[in-house]
Amino acid sequence: MSTPDGFLLVLMLTAPVVGLLIAFVLGGRNAERVALLTMPVGLIIAVTIAVALWRSDAALVYVLGGWAPPLGIVLRADGLSAAMLVTVAVVICATGLFARAEFRTPEAVPEARAPFSFWILLLSVWAAMNMVFLGGDLFNLYVALELLTFAAVPLVCLDGRAETFRAALRYLVFALFGSLLYLLGVALLYGAYGTLDIAMLAAVVRPEPVTWVAGALMTVGLLAKTALFPLHLWLPPAHAGAPAPASAVLSALVVKGSFFILVRLWFDVMPAVPGEAGAQLLGALGAAAILVSSVVALRQARLKLLIAYSTLAQIGYLFLMFPLAFDTGSGQLVSGVALTGGMLQAISHATAKAAMFMTAGLMYQALGHDRIAELGGVARALPMTVFAFGLAGVSLIGLPPSGGFLAKWLLLTAAVGGGQWWWVAVILIGGLLSAGYIFKVLAQAVGAPNVALTLRAPVPRHREAIALVLALLSVLLGLVALGPIDLLQIARPGLALVHSQ
Amino acid sequence: MTSVTLFGLLGALLVGLGLFGLLVHPHPLRKILSFNLLGGGVFLLFGVVARRGAGAGLGGDPVPQALVITGLVVAFAATALAVVLLLRLFQESGSATLRTDAPAGKDAGGAADH
Repeated sequence: MSTPDGFLLVLMLTAPVVGLLIAFVLGGRNAERVALLTMPVGLIIAVTIAVALWRSDAALVYVLGGWAPPLGIVLRADGLSAAMLVTVAVVICATGLFARAEFRTPEAVPEARAPFSFWILLLSVWAAMNMVFLGGDLFNLYVALELLTFAAVPLVCLDGRAETFRAALRYLVFALFGSLLYLLGVALLYGAYGTLDIAMLAAVVRPEPVTWVAGALMTVGLLAKTALFPLHLWLPPAHAGAPAPASAVLSALVVKGSFFILVRLWFDVMPAVPGEAGAQLLGALGAAAILVSSVVALRQARLKLLIAYSTLAQIGYLFLMFPLAFDTGSGQLVSGVALTGGMLQAISHATAKAAMFMTAGLMYQALGHDRIAELGGVARALPMTVFAFGLAGVSLIGLPPSGGFLAKWLLLTAAVGGGQWWWVAVILIGGLLSAGYIFKVLAQAVGAPNVALTLRAPVPRHREAIALVLALLSVLLGLVALGPIDLLQIARPGLALVHSQ
Repeated sequence: MTSVTLFGLLGALLVGLGLFGLLVHPHPLRKILSFNLLGGGVFLLFGVVARRGAGAGLGGDPVPQALVITGLVVAFAATALAVVLLLRLFQESGSATLRTDAPAGKDAGGAADH
């Protein structure tokens, strides 16, 4: 049955949808106004959900139309959902404020294509992400996944250059391939067990061939959408070619949507099915992503591509939590330190990467290019921007007290505790490599210009400030260790943690 | 061979063909068509699941049928979006290839507009 605060979940789902419908109907420059009005409302609802969850210490549930599963579907929020809801709301709000200068409808015309599309799509991405976090039914999650794709792909080609259409189309092909594999897995699971409700399925699912096939299909599909090595080739051109606010949303949030469903699948639906081999394989792919993508990032000549490859590397860290969460005693994945570390990595990467793409956009706007070799002197011209880039970098590298540090520390703790020392090596080498590509940019930026630096356009202070605030959030996220980190484990099966460290 | 087995095998065949096309054909339009073939196979499997899970005296389990209808709408929307992107790519660049090393002369026109 629905919990007393369950209606909050409905509000969370409907707020961005209502906003985007009103924006679509009113059209023109009203789209921006409606979107900016919707954002604080959504943020307040997300925070309210987190507070309600914290107070009640149990999952929020809403049974749609009073029809209980397996006939009906439920919305369900546990600690993971609440943390992601708040993160996404914060990043969307910041991106909205940041994008105002870039996606303002010109005075001369009643409506312009790119701004109108951007504000509608931004709300669509938000709505789809919320559905991913709240869905309690595998088919519902499929629909959410597709909505997310449809909202994200056009963001890639907002400025209408041929190469961005190519990147968008390639992204769409990968995404559709992924979602159909996922749907095929859903069909097999329904055929075998007759339900798609996550809680009911978890109770009946058994390690047998049909579950292995379904799980493998769904996992590969979700990996393609999350851009895990070696299914990552679509991501760099798509994320680097998009306008800065769109890149921020794509890189910080959209890839986390399919990742979140993967976590639901492995930890909640079939924790005992993949076995140690499956978990180690996923971890190995993550490790390969960290090492290969970091090295490729080091070799990039353009800033936005470097940041996109850094996203691929940071996605790799998310997958280290699967082998680390595997408990050999019970033979299944348990919600413990590793899961908390992995989700914290997702959250701190979201804020840091959004900030980083914003700073790259500001540098591009000011210089007219983003060639790293010619960034000399930009730190003197745009000190706040470069400082924000550096702070975001601190979190990506994993220096204390940042969120990235705490995330990697928890993963390291789990690795040492479980005697899986090889992941320790991967985490440490990955940290060194990311320090390499961050300092490569910073060294150029604070160095002397090799050609006289001319700023093409002034950079508004408030846009720099928004990137700085996001970067600061990412750095200060490490302080959640003092308490709020337990939010992640509310209504999760398994251990209560983490303060023993 | 029962009809359920037959349709199950046909669904698997369609899924295989679609996957093959999606992975092997470089041309985007063929990829879009392969995606629809793959989708058709998946929907057929849902139909098989519905027939197999039907209660006594009923033609089928209604839940997978509802899922198929939703899936069809989603696949249709996906195809429309893909075709529009492909058309715009062709308008901007004069070619409809996904390769980034496409002939430079053809690309220049689209890129210069901005």
